[in-house]
Amino acid sequence: MKQFATRTLLGLTLGLSSFAITTSAAQAADVPDPLRLGIDVPYAPFGYKLPSGELTGFEIELGNAICAQLATHCKWTEQDFDGIIPGLMARKYDVIMSALTINPERERQVLFSEPYFTPPSGWFVKADSPLAGADTLDAEALAGKVIGVQRGNLQDHYVTDLYGRTAEVRRYTKLDDLVLDMDSGRVDVAFLDLPVGQDTLVNANDGNFVNTGSAISEPKKYFGDGFGIAMKKRDRDLKKAIDGALEALKADGTLKRLNDKYFVSAATASDNHQ
Amino acid sequence: MIDLQGYGPSLLEGAWVTVQLAVLAQLLAIALGLLTATAKMSRSTPLRWLATLYTTIIRGVPDIVLMLLLFFGGQIGINMVTDWLYDSYDIDVFVNVDEFTAGVVTIGFIFGAYMGETFRGAFMAVDAGQIEAGRAYGMNDWKVFKRIRFPLMMRHALPGLGNNWMVLLKTTALVSVIGLVDMVRVASEAAKATHEPFTFLLPVAAGYLLIATVSEWGLARLKKRYNAGFGEASAWNN
Amino acid sequence: MEQLNDAGPSGVIAQLGQMLEDALSDNYIFTATTLWHYWEGLVTTVQLVCLALLIGLILAVPLAIMRGSRRRWVKMPVYLYTYVFRGTPLLIQLYLIYYGVVFFDGFDISLGVTSVHVPSIQETWLWDYFRDPFVPALLAFVLNTAAYTTEIFHGAIQSTPKGEMEAARAYGMSRGKMMRRIILPSAFRRALPAYGNEVIFMLHASAICSVVTLLDLTGAARDIYARFYAPFEAFMFVAAIYLCLTFTIIAIFRQLEKRVLAHLKPLS
Repeated sequence: MKQFATRTLLGLTLGLSSFAITTSAAQAADVPDPLRLGIDVPYAPFGYKLPSGELTGFEIELGNAICAQLATHCKWTEQDFDGIIPGLMARKYDVIMSALTINPERERQVLFSEPYFTPPSGWFVKADSPLAGADTLDAEALAGKVIGVQRGNLQDHYVTDLYGRTAEVRRYTKLDDLVLDMDSGRVDVAFLDLPVGQDTLVNANDGNFVNTGSAISEPKKYFGDGFGIAMKKRDRDLKKAIDGALEALKADGTLKRLNDKYFVSAATASDNHQ
Repeated sequence: MIDLQGYGPSLLEGAWVTVQLAVLAQLLAIALGLLTATAKMSRSTPLRWLATLYTTIIRGVPDIVLMLLLFFGGQIGINMVTDWLYDSYDIDVFVNVDEFTAGVVTIGFIFGAYMGETFRGAFMAVDAGQIEAGRAYGMNDWKVFKRIRFPLMMRHALPGLGNNWMVLLKTTALVSVIGLVDMVRVASEAAKATHEPFTFLLPVAAGYLLIATVSEWGLARLKKRYNAGFGEASAWNN
Repeated sequence: MEQLNDAGPSGVIAQLGQMLEDALSDNYIFTATTLWHYWEGLVTTVQLVCLALLIGLILAVPLAIMRGSRRRWVKMPVYLYTYVFRGTPLLIQLYLIYYGVVFFDGFDISLGVTSVHVPSIQETWLWDYFRDPFVPALLAFVLNTAAYTTEIFHGAIQSTPKGEMEAARAYGMSRGKMMRRIILPSAFRRALPAYGNEVIFMLHASAICSVVTLLDLTGAARDIYARFYAPFEAFMFVAAIYLCLTFTIIAIFRQLEKRVLAHLKPLS
């Protein structure tokens, strides 16, 4: 009942009660406390939920480590990927840490930290698919096939631009919807970040799915320069702080430890960036 | 019976969210409906025009499109306002409209238009003679409304209100699409994780049926109350 | 922008065409590609809605007759069906049909010597149809609209004026003939306004199918929004299209009502 009364108040004042105006004489503090991070889950192994509801994964742990470095607290907010940048603009959270690739199109709208991980993208099919075992997948091989991607990410843009006319592209709001339809056979081939496909399709399903074709990381227009933490363009001080924290984590081996924990084989950032 | 695999408590929580959402949205819809009905019957042309625009848009655009527009558009709108405030006045405003509020406002906004039509018809059906009698007794406008217009109007409005509530109840399922963790969202996430859609979606469907049945029972009682003193009950088709 | 001062309608049209062309190429959202995307969505929406309404209508007539039967074993199943399908959200019905069928694994029933294999849907010919999101969505919508339409027709049949039925009986019509020649035509006429509402409702409900990846109008809008982060442009454009479609339906039904319910209008 108490909760009901609270919610009634909220509803009846129509959002006015959700305004909290913090005027500040100077610029906003370098690093807010708590630091609110937006993330799309599930996206194993970068971020996913345990049955208990707790969030975990490479990005969750890295983000928490960064917050520790910056002497602040992390507050994770879940947000569907196709609305994750507008959410940042609407100040639902301070930064995005959700497998967001740094590329020119996004750099127009947000400011990125240095990259912390650089995976290629890969094609995934059912083990008994005719496409399994192919060296590369080109327009001809994909013609008429159903390609599954998550809506709004770089794989979506890549596949739409290159194969939108010859193949059927299905866009999913959540990754697990895509996994489900791959499982039931509604989707012929999925195009995902390589580690994600490995984790959610190949490793999780006892050989039902395989990675096929070659891993793709060109052209830079789509595949950019790896995952970065995104923030509003005016938060330059925050970017400096976060970059500093990333450097520190690289230096003390935390980044390598997390890499080894979550990615046994796949291409890792510690090799790719200085 | 059915093994909910540990999702039971979350489902119940989701059910509670659904009920709260529906009740608050319905209250908002009634408020907006009364306003709209008054506007449509007013003498001011711009007011009538505004009300007609409002009802036309709602009746012409699907609920889910309005929900997406208000939710995503609202975010961009907030961004524009907060950026402008920051650039012009150096005010750092932190606005956080959560999915629940967004859901209540959207659904209330949508059904306010339908309620407006219902109330308008109901107000017009009130016998003018009763109102004249009230005025003759020296009642002011508010007293006339409270003691005569409203109770008599409710009798006519109840069927429409009942229908409105039933449809609103089912529309609350759509907020799962903008990310609100209600009954449907919990059930679909559980279904996806366990590959057992029937185990979770059927109880949710049963939940909706239960709420609907209880509502119909409640509405029947309300009807009895507001029809007291009149002969045949007003038509309440099936 | 050139001024529209060119004399003659052809000059005006030419300049409007030029403006449109400029707008289409300047604008980075409403390019030919995205407009084509919207068009594909529109086609899917119209196909889905028309098919669902048609099949639902055909199913609803016999169901409505059964619903009005005096025999309990005939009318109860129909009532149960309409109660469930009108009382639960369409979204849940859609999820159940889209996801439900595919998680049914084939299994074998042993009958002593032989065993019968009950196939999973992927193993049958049905899979060619159910694989695509269109068919499950269509099925869900058909079941839903049939339920509502059955109730609409049932109400209309029940409210047939007694006089009409008595006259039919006086003419010695059998029950079947009476149903066919008197009750049903009369009921369809009475049901027209309510059915018009149902058609509009179906159009609006079709927007829900975008959650199961069907590329309808709303799905196209979501894709455009995700591509350009422009919710106002993406969704308002689609809202405008839905408004046009709704008004078209309202106009059609108003015309139909004028002709079909003419006998019920006051004389002056």
